[in-house]
Amino acid sequence: MTNDADINTHSNAKLERDTPDNSAPWVGRSVLRREDAALLMGAGRYADDVATPRGTLYAAIVRSPHAHALIKSMDTSKALALPGVHHVLTGEDIRAISDPFLIVLKKPIDQWALAVERVRYVGEAVAVVIAEDRYIAEDGADLVDVTYDPLPIVINPREAVRPDAPVLHPDAGSNELSVREFTYGEPDKAFAEAHKTVSLEVEYPRSTYTPMECFVVVANYLRGDDSYDVLANFQGPFSIHPVMARSLRVPGTRLRLRIPADSGGSFGIKLSVFPYIVLMSLASRIAGRPVKWVEDRLEHLQAANSGPNRVTKIEAAVTENGRVTALRFDNMEDYGAYLRAPMPGPLYRMHGATTGAYDIRNLAMTNRVVVTNKMPAALVRGFGGPQLYLAVERLMQRVAIELGLDPLDVIRRNLIPAGSFPYRTCAGALYDSGDYQQAIDKATGDGRLDDLLARREKARKEGRMYGIGFATVVEPGMSNMGYLSTINPVEMRERQGPKNGAVSMVKVNVDAVGTVSVTADLTVQGQGHATAISQIVADRLGLTPDDISINLELDTQKDTWSIAAGTYSCRFSPGTAVAAHIAAQRIREKVARIAAKQLNTVADDIDFGGGRVFSKSNPDNGAAFARITGTAHWSPVLMPESDEPGLSETGIWSPPELEPPSSKDEINTSLTYGFVFDMCGVEIDPVTMQVRVDRYVSMHDAGTLINPLLAEGQIHGAFVQGLASALYEEIVYDEAGALQSGTFAEYLVPTACEVPPVELMHIETPSPFTPLGAKGLAEGNCMSTPVCIANAVADALSLKDVPLPVTPQRLNALVCGAEAAPPAGMAAAPSKAGASDAAITGDGSVTVQASPADIWKALLDPESLKHIIPGCHSVSTVTPDHYRAEVSLGVGPIRGRFTANVKLSDLEAERAATLSGDLTGPLGKAQGSGHVTLTPEGEATRIDYTYGVDIGGKVASVGGRMIKRAAQIVIGQFFERLAGIASGGHDGNPDTADASGKSGSWISRLLGGKK
Amino acid sequence: MREVTTGETVRISLELNGKTVSGNATSRMLLTDFLRSELGQTGTHVGCEHGVCGCCTVRIDGVAARSCLMLAVQADGRRVDTVEGLAASKDALNALQRAFRKHHALQCGFCTAGILMSFSDFLSRNPNPDEDEVREVLGGHICRCTGYDGLMKAIMEAAADMRGKTPSHAGAT
Amino acid sequence: MKPAPFTYIRPDTLDEAVTALAQHGADARVLAGGQSLMAMLNLRLVEPKALIDISRLGELRSIRLDGDMIEVGAAVTQAEFLAWPQLKEKAPFIARALPWVGHFQTRNRGTVCGSIAHADPSSELPLSLALLEGEVVLRSKSGTRRLKASEFQTGMLQTARRDDEMVIAVRFPAGVGLKGAAFREVARRHGDFAIVSVGAVSAEKGAVRVGVGGVAEKPACISIGASMSTPDITDRIERLAWELGGHDDIHASARYRRDLVRRMVPTLIGEVRACAK
Repeated sequence: MTNDADINTHSNAKLERDTPDNSAPWVGRSVLRREDAALLMGAGRYADDVATPRGTLYAAIVRSPHAHALIKSMDTSKALALPGVHHVLTGEDIRAISDPFLIVLKKPIDQWALAVERVRYVGEAVAVVIAEDRYIAEDGADLVDVTYDPLPIVINPREAVRPDAPVLHPDAGSNELSVREFTYGEPDKAFAEAHKTVSLEVEYPRSTYTPMECFVVVANYLRGDDSYDVLANFQGPFSIHPVMARSLRVPGTRLRLRIPADSGGSFGIKLSVFPYIVLMSLASRIAGRPVKWVEDRLEHLQAANSGPNRVTKIEAAVTENGRVTALRFDNMEDYGAYLRAPMPGPLYRMHGATTGAYDIRNLAMTNRVVVTNKMPAALVRGFGGPQLYLAVERLMQRVAIELGLDPLDVIRRNLIPAGSFPYRTCAGALYDSGDYQQAIDKATGDGRLDDLLARREKARKEGRMYGIGFATVVEPGMSNMGYLSTINPVEMRERQGPKNGAVSMVKVNVDAVGTVSVTADLTVQGQGHATAISQIVADRLGLTPDDISINLELDTQKDTWSIAAGTYSCRFSPGTAVAAHIAAQRIREKVARIAAKQLNTVADDIDFGGGRVFSKSNPDNGAAFARITGTAHWSPVLMPESDEPGLSETGIWSPPELEPPSSKDEINTSLTYGFVFDMCGVEIDPVTMQVRVDRYVSMHDAGTLINPLLAEGQIHGAFVQGLASALYEEIVYDEAGALQSGTFAEYLVPTACEVPPVELMHIETPSPFTPLGAKGLAEGNCMSTPVCIANAVADALSLKDVPLPVTPQRLNALVCGAEAAPPAGMAAAPSKAGASDAAITGDGSVTVQASPADIWKALLDPESLKHIIPGCHSVSTVTPDHYRAEVSLGVGPIRGRFTANVKLSDLEAERAATLSGDLTGPLGKAQGSGHVTLTPEGEATRIDYTYGVDIGGKVASVGGRMIKRAAQIVIGQFFERLAGIASGGHDGNPDTADASGKSGSWISRLLGGKK
Repeated sequence: MREVTTGETVRISLELNGKTVSGNATSRMLLTDFLRSELGQTGTHVGCEHGVCGCCTVRIDGVAARSCLMLAVQADGRRVDTVEGLAASKDALNALQRAFRKHHALQCGFCTAGILMSFSDFLSRNPNPDEDEVREVLGGHICRCTGYDGLMKAIMEAAADMRGKTPSHAGAT
Repeated sequence: MKPAPFTYIRPDTLDEAVTALAQHGADARVLAGGQSLMAMLNLRLVEPKALIDISRLGELRSIRLDGDMIEVGAAVTQAEFLAWPQLKEKAPFIARALPWVGHFQTRNRGTVCGSIAHADPSSELPLSLALLEGEVVLRSKSGTRRLKASEFQTGMLQTARRDDEMVIAVRFPAGVGLKGAAFREVARRHGDFAIVSVGAVSAEKGAVRVGVGGVAEKPACISIGASMSTPDITDRIERLAWELGGHDDIHASARYRRDLVRRMVPTLIGEVRACAK
């Protein structure tokens, strides 16, 4: 199908060589994707589509509703008694047959595939139910009875490092797992001599570019050789393969990992399937059957993976005219509950490029790695870049503002000069190529900065809130596998030996009829790598892309791979693509030698084209590619003496520029460094406070574009993800550690309706370090767009601190100031102040025609409590002041069964009491306390109550929109029923708990009291 | 009255892409699971199972709907069209499919089937939509890869192509 | 995310449906379009013992004019109502509000009555019913009764429907808002549940009736008389904002909701008044 019509000539990235001339190289042309036909017909082969072995069982995972708790007991008997349930795995089961995951830091922060003894975040896996199908497995999961002892929690990293903070991993001694200080040049001197110091504190929030396909694992324990055969949509890096094998206590060769042909997106996230690969492997071993697990969206949004949130204090030493002479960073990066390999990658991935696009020779940096009670952080597209550039590019705007300069002038004044590439940054990165000035000139010229300025001027004259933002980004491609060792002090690095490089491998085969096939060390995620590889290989062999057959499934027992394998850190263009080029070149050279012998010429005289191999000097002297290559299979006797028969070559690429960190902590963190310059205009809607992107221009220099159509696809995708981080997506935890963004109704992925058009531009300064001249380009806008929009909002509203994501309610609070008091006679809405520091607080009062003594009696009598507690089925007395109850609670149709513990304390007879307790059930858990006071009012009594409740688990993460109101309704019921019982034996109708909205009236009706 | 009790397995028949097929289902089996596991139609994907992402969109009696918000037993006797029915072979892609390819309107392809099914319904009822109408319908889907740019272009072009205003070039040889 | 077990019942007639409901009562849920209920089943927020599927009941599939009321049967989808040829002429407000309900794909199955029976405080259709002062028709074995919108929805997800009753139709007064109708909604994304939605229609004697959804537990309506001065209107809206109170969730604080009421309501009143002239 690849022919002239299959070249997209409508791409904005249309380039000179994008012509329908078949003699032109395929690399550089917008060849349409070979992947598409199958995907468009529903014939993709994703992990959940692939046939499973006979006898496969299905898993569901029981997850913690607590952010931090000790596991007190686990009763699996009810689940095991359910027909169709085969096994239930617990932390204690897997502890006996596996080891904790290896981590990068030498710290005692053990994480197993299932929680052992303690849970540290909401959603942490605590048990696995294995059943005949997923439906029954979920039924079983609801029947696993886990009791927890809640522990104090810490969510905010600033609080986590305080000496009195609860410590997540007691053996580590602190939540601050690593503090490293770095100095390059003479930052102290530069700051001392500076005209001015400009400083800023920024916080990058938690988000995840959640792919549409969730995790899938099919694990099969093979008893015959004590090995594991696993199919999973893992994305790499394969440096994690040894981590999994070690946890399973087998050598790497006995963990066969197979990656299917298609994957429904990854964006870094599908690294984090690895703990589940181990978990389901163990499940298969224990069950004695293959086990399949398909993560659902609830599981994904609460426990799959998040980017780390980072608090950065940044300072610039500046001259009078805005030249930055030094930067100083204090980075505090929050990795959540565990430090999974390869964390803390995001804190170090950009290390060499910390000074961004600027020629700044003095740099001081403190890097802190912190743990908190949130889901573990891991790979997310951008990987450290968004966090870094939020600080750097917000600061550059502040420099301009504080010096009264134009922000773009300040950017230009500090850029690395054109002509100074390759350029070594002070922290050790070796920027391969670029012309930042040209890129910015073209973007502001062709991209019409004057138009943006005119729009702003007009808007401001009309009183509208309009701002312009800029951002420059140096975009790394293909990470140096040694960058993470920078976290270790020099002495430790010397002891351990150097770590560096990023090995890429591609294999090209030519079969007996001349058909070319390729396998590669990457994982498919949708980028169109097969199309790009087919272009590269076709060019080397004088064929068309359609002549090249490509299989990008990966099998660790049969394919060539290194620890760098996978698709991440934009390693395709600078890495795997080069290995494909090298492998094809080797084939070309060998075929040239074979042909030279047959065509009676020399190899140097051989050329390839149009499916033929021929003599350059006499093109008629040639033969079909298939005929020449067939020789290697059919006629070894005709092979040149120096060559072995067969035609199979592996291209291995490990660029020399990726050196280990130096003794001065200088590190070339990546091989290629692209450039992005963004500018945008935004307007804030005065009614909704929603940020609307009016125009967005994004200029890219990614070296040579292998396929402009694919390149632009990556940029468009990254742009919308960057936009999402700026305006929509956030993983939200409340103060009690409950996750509140558990569905796609709470975690707001932008749709087409939220996405503005983006104007893309390109220049090309080919990389001298890669044979194809291509650089990585798929992450740039994840790095540039959040801060570009933040800068525009700051400009629109004259803000110094711009909270991300910039949501309407946040801007409303910033723009509108304090709310005026309500009109006379109207009560203000309940405020959180006073009662409790819980997430949900409130108060109320009920007046009842009963004496304090009657009310007191009702409160202390289990039989009365049965009627007071909404939806109560039974009450048993644990101790005189402690009751346990089985209750059904809910609002409207939503109903769940819970076990409630109610404790009475601070008893002042007939005057006051504190009720505290907790609820647990499949829908979630709640903890709270309330204080009740009784005041006689003539023959009646006024009951005043205040309460604070924290709600966690499923109901908090999926019902965020309604949960607070629902809690208020249920609590209101409790006190109204208390009033009811006390005033003379009204039955609280224990089977229904949805009186709520009506309750004010029914209580009045029944009791004659007034509210 | 049809009653399927808890735990009971019943035979469900439906007209799938023009052919009558049948399979076993329990009362609670979702249509997505029935299509994928019982009928082997894995082109319909599961993205969220709460009706937001649109990956599982199919046509029920011609009308686009989320198959995760429907029970298999509800589809009994109905006409169900899925992505597998759109083209007989890779050389016979329909106008929408061709435009998707031409404009790079898909990357990982996971959300693609649902979007194709939504627009095969929508464009049949609204052959001449403007961009805002298309964007609103596309707003019922989440795509994480493409940024929607290629999707918008592809759908607008396919609509024009289907109206016959512009001759079809995409993918033709 | 798979539903807990239940018995599926698909009655062939309304009588069978009502009989099944009488038998199962509070243990049953009625399934029509399922665009809210199925999601809650998958999340296991709702675990009924029986599910009564009325989506194929021909008796409930009609939209008809009954005197000065538009009666929409319980199996009529939102898309079908939106495509009803007389919608703009008979119910201009609904013609404006209905496109905001969910998405094209969910309107194709979601029913008008189902949305009202679900009584989500942020939904557009309960707001429409309250604003237009419509009615809900409930059927049980013991008969049929009609409740006014204000009597039907009692709170968040809560209605006056008895366990043995099902909503068989809703009735909207025809012709309301012909002299002016406006609808506006603020949500984080298009098609999301409203943070605040505001509807306004022209009423008798030049008054404007205003309804607000998304802020309180159920839609609330006020009337702005023709002679009301701008300061008085501002004052009334300020009081409304505080009466509704609002609540905090992750997308909107109570205060942001009140501010939206303050900023949106005057605009809509102005639009309706301008139309009426």
